[in-house]
Amino acid sequence: MIKIGLIGAGKMGISHLAILGANPEVEVTGVCDTSKMVTDFLSKHGKFNSFSDYVKMVDETKPEAAVVALPTKFHYAVIKHLLGRGIHVFAEKPFCLNVVQSEELVALAARQKVVNQTGYHNKFIGTFREMKKIVNSGVLGDIYHFVGESYGPVITKPKPGNWRSKPSEGGGCLMDYASHVIDLINDIISPIAEVRGSVLNSIFSENVEDAVYALLKLSNGVDGMLSVNWSDETYRKMSTTMTIIGTQGKAIANASELKVYLKQKGGDYVAGWNSRNITELTGQVDFNLRGEEYTLQLDYFIKAIQGKAPNTINSFNNALHTNRAIELIRSRAN
Amino acid sequence: MERILFGDNQFFAVNHASDEKSREQSIKFKDNSAIMDTLNAARTFGLNTFMCTTHDRVARICEVIRANPDEYKDYKIYPCMPYAHKYVNAVTELGISGTIRQYVPGNLLGTMFKGGAAYLSKDFFSLMELMIDAEMKMFKGINTPVIFLQNVVTDLLIGLRADDILIGFYHYIKKKYKAEAGFITTNLPKLADILERANIENPIICFSINKAGFRVSGSNEQYEEILSAKKFRAIAMQVLAGGVVPPKEALEYVCGLPNIESILFGASSKAHIQSTVEYIRYFDRHNHLNVLRFDANAG
Repeated sequence: MIKIGLIGAGKMGISHLAILGANPEVEVTGVCDTSKMVTDFLSKHGKFNSFSDYVKMVDETKPEAAVVALPTKFHYAVIKHLLGRGIHVFAEKPFCLNVVQSEELVALAARQKVVNQTGYHNKFIGTFREMKKIVNSGVLGDIYHFVGESYGPVITKPKPGNWRSKPSEGGGCLMDYASHVIDLINDIISPIAEVRGSVLNSIFSENVEDAVYALLKLSNGVDGMLSVNWSDETYRKMSTTMTIIGTQGKAIANASELKVYLKQKGGDYVAGWNSRNITELTGQVDFNLRGEEYTLQLDYFIKAIQGKAPNTINSFNNALHTNRAIELIRSRAN
Repeated sequence: MERILFGDNQFFAVNHASDEKSREQSIKFKDNSAIMDTLNAARTFGLNTFMCTTHDRVARICEVIRANPDEYKDYKIYPCMPYAHKYVNAVTELGISGTIRQYVPGNLLGTMFKGGAAYLSKDFFSLMELMIDAEMKMFKGINTPVIFLQNVVTDLLIGLRADDILIGFYHYIKKKYKAEAGFITTNLPKLADILERANIENPIICFSINKAGFRVSGSNEQYEEILSAKKFRAIAMQVLAGGVVPPKEALEYVCGLPNIESILFGASSKAHIQSTVEYIRYFDRHNHLNVLRFDANAG
């Protein structure tokens, strides 16, 4: 039994809590949120031990691991506290507000020898996992270009502000939406090393960007483009697509489909176009909520605590690279 | 319930296997008349039940049905609530309490949000009832003999162990709408246990099942055992597994499962509707004959 506490029961936190609550190997020791309505619901109907103060929750319920799903501006202080007490941490993305904070926490997690993971869930989606395998197998030849895109309907008209409209609190499309694509580029191809140009575009928001466009150069020398817009209502929900082109072929992946074109047969793939769907590529889970990837990432975190999986996918260190790229893109746009 | 229920994913750009197909569908079904044409095509094959989310556009479909009572006198709609993306997008922007404020009218919320003032547990049930009533408004005057809770909410409540809210949904639908309550889930084993523990007799459960094992939580063998052992009214969904399994093979598998009362599927074209319906009827006849043969041999 792994004892886990949940800090922050908003949209992602509630979803994590349900997945943990359904896992017979997990004991949820406590749940912490500032909304009394939320904690009342969880105490009364879910029989969870609820708190409004996370330090009190940790003191009283002594979890060995914690899931942190707070607004980004609170991540640094809370995670630092947890790491200091030797608690394994799964933190929602984006990791921290800046690189300095991220570096400090990466070093602290390493010193404390605790499992550390962030919630960049795309890496647990079967199509993107398979794309990474294809890239590593070399069947695409020399990779020379990529396009990373994400579109969705978050801010589709002018609205009065909330935390999403404050750049200092991690609001904005770059931290919130583009970070997913940046993280995939770093992981599937190579970490972003240089930003040759970038545009942060406010469409409906007053203080933050609603779209991010950038020309990137990766540490392996490959260059490519990033195009992200969360004010595009032609999408029903967030839709992320990676296109990677090499001298021997091309791969296009989104959360539902992977298409591969090869000049010559390679591995499981024939010459010409190949198409595979998430329905065959996804891993099977014991409990599903909104998509297997959310369960798979927490299963992986739990396995890492149990010593049954390496703590490599989505480690804090990976998330630090993503934070670095975010800062490069922002500084280049200013 | 009829053996075959017609679903709505294709109308609202929900496609589990391809974003491109989903875009094509949203263009094809841009006008409500295109949706009506497809529903009417399905009716020509005897599909008189439309199982659909409480999407804003379904309100327009309901208007057409209400305006033509003679033509649609035998037509049934099984509403599935809520249309989750409306709320998910709102929660992203407004937070949980902000979303509830936006979507639930009335004084109850005023009381609930008064600076953390104490309120009773029964208020969550009142809140659920208000939300159900809001979602059901569009179906006034339409025959809705079964009303479903969508899988996102069912599965969330399962994980949060809020069994009493699931049961509350069941009883409220029965009492207020004189209809059967149904649950859609991607976690059949857990839901079947919860409803059994609550002594809900013969509940209607709509769940993903297909030969590929897509959205089958646990394993197909486990699902087959539950279907044989537990008493509930089963509706199979996602039977085509997003097209990964060829239709004939996919439907042969589902028609061969024990105790499936209804099969839910959606399709955009008359030809697809026809071929799916014909496969199901073919395998049903075939299985029926096998049962008769078995009985004759046994007797």
